[in-house]
Amino acid sequence: MKDMDADSYTTEDGRRIGGVVMEMRNITLRFGGVVAIKDISFDIREGEIRAIIGPNGAGKSSMLNVISGFYNPQEGEVYYKGERRPPMKPYQVAQQGIARTFQNIALFEGMTVLDNVMTGRIRQMSSGLLAQAIWKGKAEREEVANREQVEKIIDFLEIQHIRKTPVGRLPYGLKKRVELARALAAEPSILLLDEPMAGMNVEEKEDMSRFILDVNDEFGSTIALIEHDMGVVMDLSDRVVVMDYGKKIGDGTPDEVRNNQAVIDAYLGVAHD
Amino acid sequence: MFYREAGDFKTSYTEDSQTFPIKFDRYRYYAVLLVAFAVVPFVINDYWVNAVFLPFLIYSIAAIGLNILVGYCGQVSLGTGGFMAVGAYACYKLMVAFPEVSIFIHIILSGGITAAVCLLFGLPSLRIKGFYLAVATLAAQFFLVWTFNRVGWFYNYSASGQINAPERTVFGVPITGAETAPWAAYLFCLVFVVASAIIARNLTRGMAGRKWMAIRDMDIAAEIIGVNPLKAKLSAFAVSGFFVGISGALFFAVYLGAVEVGEAFGINKSFLVLFMVIIGGLGSIFGSFAGAAFLVLLPVLLKNVLVGGLGWPTDLAAHLEFMIVGGLIIMFLVLEPHGLAQLWRVAKEKLRLWPFPY
Repeated sequence: MKDMDADSYTTEDGRRIGGVVMEMRNITLRFGGVVAIKDISFDIREGEIRAIIGPNGAGKSSMLNVISGFYNPQEGEVYYKGERRPPMKPYQVAQQGIARTFQNIALFEGMTVLDNVMTGRIRQMSSGLLAQAIWKGKAEREEVANREQVEKIIDFLEIQHIRKTPVGRLPYGLKKRVELARALAAEPSILLLDEPMAGMNVEEKEDMSRFILDVNDEFGSTIALIEHDMGVVMDLSDRVVVMDYGKKIGDGTPDEVRNNQAVIDAYLGVAHD
Repeated sequence: MFYREAGDFKTSYTEDSQTFPIKFDRYRYYAVLLVAFAVVPFVINDYWVNAVFLPFLIYSIAAIGLNILVGYCGQVSLGTGGFMAVGAYACYKLMVAFPEVSIFIHIILSGGITAAVCLLFGLPSLRIKGFYLAVATLAAQFFLVWTFNRVGWFYNYSASGQINAPERTVFGVPITGAETAPWAAYLFCLVFVVASAIIARNLTRGMAGRKWMAIRDMDIAAEIIGVNPLKAKLSAFAVSGFFVGISGALFFAVYLGAVEVGEAFGINKSFLVLFMVIIGGLGSIFGSFAGAAFLVLLPVLLKNVLVGGLGWPTDLAAHLEFMIVGGLIIMFLVLEPHGLAQLWRVAKEKLRLWPFPY
């Protein structure tokens, strides 16, 4: 495992990219006879925007699910902050500081936007049931302190006006933003975004791209995202992993990936003669 | 017109997250408390306490408890009657074994014991959901009632199989037994109701409540965010059991005085409390009160109108009462599936603008 601060560099636009924060080594994931991911290795560096792309069914979401602990791979190791991560439950992974959003929104529909985002602060709030029942001392202080942080994120993502609205009543684009807010509220060391722009129109995509860049810039968050819109991916990301049929076929900067023959074949198809 | 939040500005997050953020609501709440504590005890008589106030107060606690489990955490339970019986029998055993300890403490301890039992029967919820869980809790209902019927130790081997509340006092005033004054029983229960409501409200507006609601709304997402489903579900079962146990203890010790388990805590009770929660409004503390009031008051009201007002024979009125209550329940669920609490919310929205159209 490489040293965390080793070979850090600065990008053209002046962002500092740190050492490796998460490394996947030879991950293989099978569902019965189906091999969803086959022997894939890649790493995520601190502060970078890392994209995972590939055609439908390539195993991108499965990869994200492995990172967030939803699936445990049959083979391979996950290294997080320099240590090998044992198989764990999704909530344990979340408590280690990995937050995510979902391809089809997974918000708590019956709760208000504020409550949804506050739920994201679960890692930062530790007062016991008894203290909460009385609502004095630690429980109250904690609630107020975390509310302040949450309000900053709500301001940042421009969802102040819907703070007290139940999420079930919101339109799709706003729900996506609320979900991002909930993931951000956890102050994650890695933020996983599963198709943050699926089903959006051009303006909404531009908004979302701006938020992702701002989040990365402002909070210094490490972001790993899956996205189908190539324009977005090439513009946003620092490095790209390309998957096809569960295998890794390319890895590198957007320019390198764009000129990779295997990637071009996978996306455009290849003539068999 | 009557109801405004305009001009009611908040300058701190504490103010914004309080139970009644709107001034008008807050003052109304204080007024209700004042009337309940300072006026009602002086004007009520035996009939009012036994027919209306005690059942209303005690069922309110049970409904709050069940609402935490079903309305907030989304785990359906049909074992409420059985858990109330646990509270009642725990209270009986404690009262008999430690006569020198205050009944106040006994009732809280009964809540604690019920919480432990409820937690035990909540374990299947980690594996099963929805209707299947409801059936599993139904097993708790039958098992607990059977146990209290058959195991002599629980009723101290009394010949009748009943348990009778011995006389106990608080500050020298009898609370249980034949000597109890109506106002004393009323006030004693009222204290528990107010405390339960405040505790339930505090829990549900804080992190505990958010975890429960997260599990209710989407358990997989909740887990990925960092909610430990085991802890969240079991804590809901325990807290719910605590309130249900207290209500069971009060039901036995203060209200009935003598209990035969199959009759007082049968499956009917489970359904009654579940109906209160559904009619009142899932996921609302106010709804628990509204539901309890609806199902306690409606039969009393109908009886008074039919027998007292129209002079019908009692048995005819009793049967008609069932039909009318049943019909009203169906009507309510069709017209407003989110219960009385939602009806109240809609009324408030309307009152904000009244008499202007918008």
